[in-house]
Amino acid sequence: MIRELKLQRDYLPSDDLHTIYFGGGTPSLLSEKELAFLMDAIKKQFHLKPDAEITLEANPDDLTEDTLATLADQGINRLSIGIQTFHDPHLRFMNRLHTASEAEESVRRAQDAGITNISVDLIYAIPAENDDILLSDIEKALALGVEHISAYCLTVEPKTAFGNWTKTGKMAPIEDEFAARQFEVLISKLQEGGFEQYEISNFARNQKYSRHNSAYWQRRPYLGVGPSAHSYNGASRQYNVSNNAKYLESIKNRVLPITVEILSMEDQVNEYLLTGLRTKWGCRLELLQELSGGSFLMKTGEEIFRLNEIGWLHSRDGLLLLTEKGKLFADQVASRLFLEQTKKG
Amino acid sequence: MKNIRNFCIIAHIDHGKSTLADRLLEYTNTVTNREMQAQLLDNMDLERERGITIKSHAIQMDYILAGEKYTLNLIDTPGHVDFSYEVSRSIAACEGALLLIDASQGIEAQTISNLYLAINHDLIIIPVLNKIDLPGAMPEEVKDQIVDLIGCDRDEIIHASGKEGIGVPDILEAIVHRIPAPKGDPDAPLQALIFDSVFNSYRGIEVIFRIKNGSVRKGDKVKFMATGREYQADEIGTLRLQQQPKDVVECGDVGYLISGIKVAREVKVGDTFTHTNRPSTAMIRGFEEVKPMVFAGIYPVDTSEYEELREAMEKLQLNDASLVWEPETSAALGFGFRCGFLGMLHMEIIQERLEREFDMTVITTVPSVQFRVTTTRGENLKVSAPSEMPEPNFISVIEEPFINAQIISKSEYVGAIMTLCMEKRGMLKNQIYLTSDRVELQFSMPLAEVVFDFFDRLKTISRGYASLDYELTGYEASDMVKLDVMLNGDRVDALSAIVHRTKAYEWGKKLCEKLRELIPRQMFEIAIQAAIGQKIIARETVKAMRKDVLAKCYGGDISRKRKLLEKQKKGKKRMRQVGNVEIPQEAFMAVLKIS
Repeated sequence: MIRELKLQRDYLPSDDLHTIYFGGGTPSLLSEKELAFLMDAIKKQFHLKPDAEITLEANPDDLTEDTLATLADQGINRLSIGIQTFHDPHLRFMNRLHTASEAEESVRRAQDAGITNISVDLIYAIPAENDDILLSDIEKALALGVEHISAYCLTVEPKTAFGNWTKTGKMAPIEDEFAARQFEVLISKLQEGGFEQYEISNFARNQKYSRHNSAYWQRRPYLGVGPSAHSYNGASRQYNVSNNAKYLESIKNRVLPITVEILSMEDQVNEYLLTGLRTKWGCRLELLQELSGGSFLMKTGEEIFRLNEIGWLHSRDGLLLLTEKGKLFADQVASRLFLEQTKKG
Repeated sequence: MKNIRNFCIIAHIDHGKSTLADRLLEYTNTVTNREMQAQLLDNMDLERERGITIKSHAIQMDYILAGEKYTLNLIDTPGHVDFSYEVSRSIAACEGALLLIDASQGIEAQTISNLYLAINHDLIIIPVLNKIDLPGAMPEEVKDQIVDLIGCDRDEIIHASGKEGIGVPDILEAIVHRIPAPKGDPDAPLQALIFDSVFNSYRGIEVIFRIKNGSVRKGDKVKFMATGREYQADEIGTLRLQQQPKDVVECGDVGYLISGIKVAREVKVGDTFTHTNRPSTAMIRGFEEVKPMVFAGIYPVDTSEYEELREAMEKLQLNDASLVWEPETSAALGFGFRCGFLGMLHMEIIQERLEREFDMTVITTVPSVQFRVTTTRGENLKVSAPSEMPEPNFISVIEEPFINAQIISKSEYVGAIMTLCMEKRGMLKNQIYLTSDRVELQFSMPLAEVVFDFFDRLKTISRGYASLDYELTGYEASDMVKLDVMLNGDRVDALSAIVHRTKAYEWGKKLCEKLRELIPRQMFEIAIQAAIGQKIIARETVKAMRKDVLAKCYGGDISRKRKLLEKQKKGKKRMRQVGNVEIPQEAFMAVLKIS
């Protein structure tokens, strides 16, 4: 990865790094030495801003006192902890190694170690979950005093354990009705607890938004390093091969194992709609017009009107924003406003 | 003329007609093995797959018997009920027929009706028991059936196997000895019966004919008597494996004519052609205008392909004179065509040819027969589409076409067949046991019930044993109603159907249920209603979409997710919009499967 960093050093338009995110897989397994190497390499190739947000994704059971001390030493100032739920039977159901009490302890240990900007992940709409379990999960998360909560609806992908279970009837499919209701419960309870839903699945208090993730949604350039990592520089997206062996082989030969995708005007508009509408910042009409060569409103005006009429979308201060109700239909709204490809297939 | 023999083969599908024809052609050296493509006479891909001959052709063989050379014209006949008129014209061109019966299966309905046609035209029948080599053959039993049916002697029945080549010389000898030579006056004015036409994209329409009287020479001016059109015989000849141009085609013989005709419609099967300068006074008896029996709308799945569809339809009409159509507009489906077909098989063939030969995907609307409607003001209307049906309060009488349906089956399926026919508003007219386990049933039934999902069900309940033939008997008054489907109050014209009042409720209910399954949840609730006039008879609801949002959307997800949504949007574009409801194309197809 350090080699790749060197190969990629000119990818971003600026050397300034505002955020770093160690994620994908289990970066909390990195040894002190490995983490130090990586941090040094980053600092060598780029200019890391003094107030940069440096996040690391961690499983609760990896966050020992020693590890936490190391992380803090290396400048990690934000943790994203994959707790999922505080309900032990569900943790076992989802094949997690930690228990609910270990999860709670890990958060406290991190706070004691001085990393107070903490995000926890929750999962809702787990089959056999009832609103009481969800409410108790939310209460426990709130009680921990974390600054940020990411909450995801359980998704059943084909060719996974859940996918097979659903297919064979071992697990009931997740009903939209159930998932939607839980989502509504979640939003209202977190709001009562002082959290702001600044993106469909992300809640923060004291404006402790994930600066890193927000960059994805606001079309800021980013560089991803490692197998399967994605990057974006404003005009194109590229991603590394996901196969570890192929990645290593290619990097060894000083060749980036990337696939590059040049974004057409429509792609750019559509991606902005897709990501922007999910956030509380919405999409700037002016930017949509600019990206589309002035055609966006002409092409979508009627649809915007319809979506407004059924109460999913509204516009304010030159922004397109989802309504509370519209948040349940973010994908539907975005795709209805998508521009059709004119150039490529 | 005394050495010419004109004959056809009457057989049920799969009873081995094409294989036997191949053997005759081989034995007479008309084709060599190398030239032999299996089942030579069926040369349209689709026909070969369905195992039926759609368009008839003819082929000429030379055969030497006792030092004498004979010219044998084998006239092929289509083997499906939709094409019975074409069969009758082919039969009219012959003096004899081979009655080919599968020794393991026995006689089928189609065989009987064609046999009667042949007997009515005074053809000499040569019974042939085919597939006698099969382990399941029951030669004695089937022979009994044949004797019962045509009253021949048992020893007149020839044993054969097209596959093994058994009996071929016997058949050829019988053709020469039993079938009479054509009768006709070579010096009389020309009378040639047109019994087929073939489309050739380079040479135009090839007219296939049989000369009853007189003869025709290359370059002659000829007149088609039914259409009144005149042409020059640019090329004439006889039909071998390839066409063999000749200077003259003599009285009694079968041949082809090319005269620069571009469109199949100009050539009417059953018409007579004669000389312009020395015309015959009369046409050969039996000419009829072929009338479509089944009507349906055909629309492009992609509305932008209307012009391409029109071109495809025009090309189809070049070689299929029985296909008729006119432009039609549907609020739900856009621009398309109202088409008339000879029957359901014909409709399926057209649909498949559009798909295979022209790469067009089409939506077909509910097939309808032609109703006669008398309005309260005393007007007489012909109605062959739901949209043409007047409002109920303006209707005085509706009449629908009835048929006499003839079904032959193993006796164990009689109960199931009766139930099916009753359900289809059939009335049993006659029941005849052909043998101890073969029954012929005759029903009077509305044609509308037969065009819709009848044949497939008959085949299913009889495990493929039952065979069907029918003929139109006339019109009878019926209590028909137009059933409409409304989505959120907007009528979807393409889903309307004309059904019998006693079945309207059931139909409406099933259709609403089916639509509820097929219409995806949308931004708002959708009421699906079936109605007769203003009266709602069934209702279902598609609930509003509850959520449509994926959980995660981070750096690595954006591109993939955008493509996913773009793809979904593309799929949605293929849906049809009525009012504010989006209807997937499968919904339009679903109506065809209501039963």
